[in-house]
Parts: sequence; C-alpha cells; structure tokens
Amino acid sequence: MRRFLAVFTILAAFATSALVSGTPALAVEPDEMLDDPALEARARELSKVLRCVVCQNQSIDDSAADIARDMRLLVRERLVAGDTDSQTIDHMVARYGDYVLLRPPFQTNTLALWVGPPLMAVVVATLALLFFRVYQREQGARTGPEPLTPTDRAQLDAFVEKLAAEPGRPRRKNSLRAEINHPFGAQEGDGGESDNRTT
Amino acid sequence: MRRILFIIPVVIFAVLIGVLAVLTLQTKDGRDPSLIPSALLGKPAPEFSLPAVAEDIPGGFATADLRGQVTMVNVFASWCVPCLAEHPLISRLAADGLPIYAIDHRDTAVDVAKWLKKNGNPYTAVGFDPNGRVSVEWGVTGVPETFIINADGVVIYKHSGPMTPKVLKDKILPKIREARE
Repeated sequence: MRRFLAVFTILAAFATSALVSGTPALAVEPDEMLDDPALEARARELSKVLRCVVCQNQSIDDSAADIARDMRLLVRERLVAGDTDSQTIDHMVARYGDYVLLRPPFQTNTLALWVGPPLMAVVVATLALLFFRVYQREQGARTGPEPLTPTDRAQLDAFVEKLAAEPGRPRRKNSLRAEINHPFGAQEGDGGESDNRTT
Repeated sequence: MRRILFIIPVVIFAVLIGVLAVLTLQTKDGRDPSLIPSALLGKPAPEFSLPAVAEDIPGGFATADLRGQVTMVNVFASWCVPCLAEHPLISRLAADGLPIYAIDHRDTAVDVAKWLKKNGNPYTAVGFDPNGRVSVEWGVTGVPETFIINADGVVIYKHSGPMTPKVLKDKILPKIREARE
C-alpha cells in the first residue's frame, strides 16, 4: 500500500507538471508581441512554419537566435501593414528562398522528396508480394516434412522389429510405430527418454 | 523468377548509393549543401535606406546608390572575426576602383568607428544597421556576406563567409569582369 501511494504521488506530480508546461517555453519576447491579439495569434501561427535560417531545423517561433527575432519582427511588421498570411510568407520566401519554409513546397525540384518515399514503399510492397507468391508456388502443396519412401519405411520397420525383439520391452514396438507414423503427433507420457527409464 | 526478385532490390540499392555518392563527392568541388542559395540572385537589390554610423565616416546609402555601375555590398561587423580576415582583400578591391558599400550588421557606432580606424576604411559608404532590419531585407544569415550588384542594380552573386584569395580569383573577379562587359 505504501508503495502504491509512492507511485501514485510520483504519477500525480508528473501529470501536474505536464499540465503546467502544456504551453511550451516561448522564444517570442514580450516586447515583440503585437497589441492586437488576433494579429499576434496569426503571427505566432506563421512563425511556426518559418525556419530560423541559421538553426537548420527550428522554427522562428522556437528559436532564440537573433536572426529569428529579426524574422519574427518582420512577420509582425508585414501583418500590421495589412498583408495576408500568404503575402507574408511570400515576403519571407523572396528574401530567404524556399529554405525558409519548414514544409517544403511541392514543385519540380522537390519532386523526389515528396514522391520518393511513397514510390519506394509501393516498389517494396510489390516486390514483397511477388516474392511471397513465388515462394508459395515453389512450396506447392507441401505442408510438412517429405513423406517416407517405401525404402525408409522398410528400414524403420526392420529397426522396430529388432528393438522389439529385445527382452522386457513389450510396449516399445507400438510406441515406436506410432512415432514413425505421426512424427509430430501427441506423444505418450513424457516422451521417449522417460519411457526408457520407466520400463 | 526468384533470382530476378532478388536482383531488383539489390539494383535499386546500388543505384541509390551511387546517386548519393555522386552528390556527396560533388561537395568537394564547392557544392556545399549547408549553404543556402540566395533568393536574391537575378533580382533587383532590395529596397532599403541606411543611415551613416557617424559624421566622420562616409556613409548612409540606399538602393538607388547601387545603380549605374558594378558595386559590391559587404555585410560586416566589428565583432566578426572572419570579417577582419577578409578585410585586406576588400581593401585591395576598393583600391582597384570597385565601389564597396558596407552594411554594418548588429554593431555599436563606437565599436565600428574604432574598428574602421584601426583596420582602415576602404568602403565607399558604411550603412549602420544596429538591429539587423536591413540585413533581413538582404536575406543575410550571418556575417560576412558579400553581394555583387550589376549596373542595373540587380544582384548577380552572393558569397557567404569570408572571402579568400581563391574565392576572389575564381568566383568574384570573373563575376565583376562579366558584369562590367
């Protein structure tokens, strides 16, 4: 009970901290923010899709770099000037190129990027399917080990007869036969080895 | 059939590795994938206007000043060490008669005045950009950065990082010559 309480306390602490930190730490400084909450909200949304050009893979909304701040200010400047969201994005692209977009646009030079992975998935799936088909066909109706040839059977019979001929082991013959006919079937008792010991 | 099925993935893998190998080896000839190609290439220089740093430093320039002849725009700062490294090359270019305009990026007037006094001021004009606002217009991602502008005011070349004698000889001088023709 005490352990349960301890675990419960820890979990509760985690849950609380998760709730408190639900809004991530902001890179955007209070002095950058716009007075108009609607415009500020749009600026925040735009900042999330614009790359901080010196941070490789961080949005300007996340980055504390100087240049990210400059870019955030430019975004706000455009919005205040009355630009639409797409005009603001275009304004940034005109200065920094497509690189500034965290989500690359779908165009000729990004074709391999967008089409490549799905294409590969289709190719791999097709190959896997074909391979499976061929494999299945080669397997044919075979479901288990190959059946015994008459020669195998004769040899085994002879072996069984020989074992059965040994004195004091009357049950041996039948269990051996059963094993030959049903190699993977249910075994009698604990199996062959213990059979040896009990008789 | 089974053999073909085995060969196809191997071939695809080999082609993929081959393409990636070629792309990787290309970086040796100066194709650096970490460099961002400037969006300004082939476009008119952005609209801007910069004040002078101080009265005794020639400066303050705007978009209109970059028309009529081939010019260079050099983004630098007094706190930037690579800028100091390329400064002798800039000075030599200026001495050879190329008008070079400087954007002083995120700097203080005191620091840059001291820096120019110490290292020499080869610039036709120095524009003061303490908050980096104009640098954003130029798509600057770091200092130093160097642009070549043709007589029509169109950006024809951008070099990121410090100029080296090799870059100057192989890239920048040919571009300037080409633009002057």
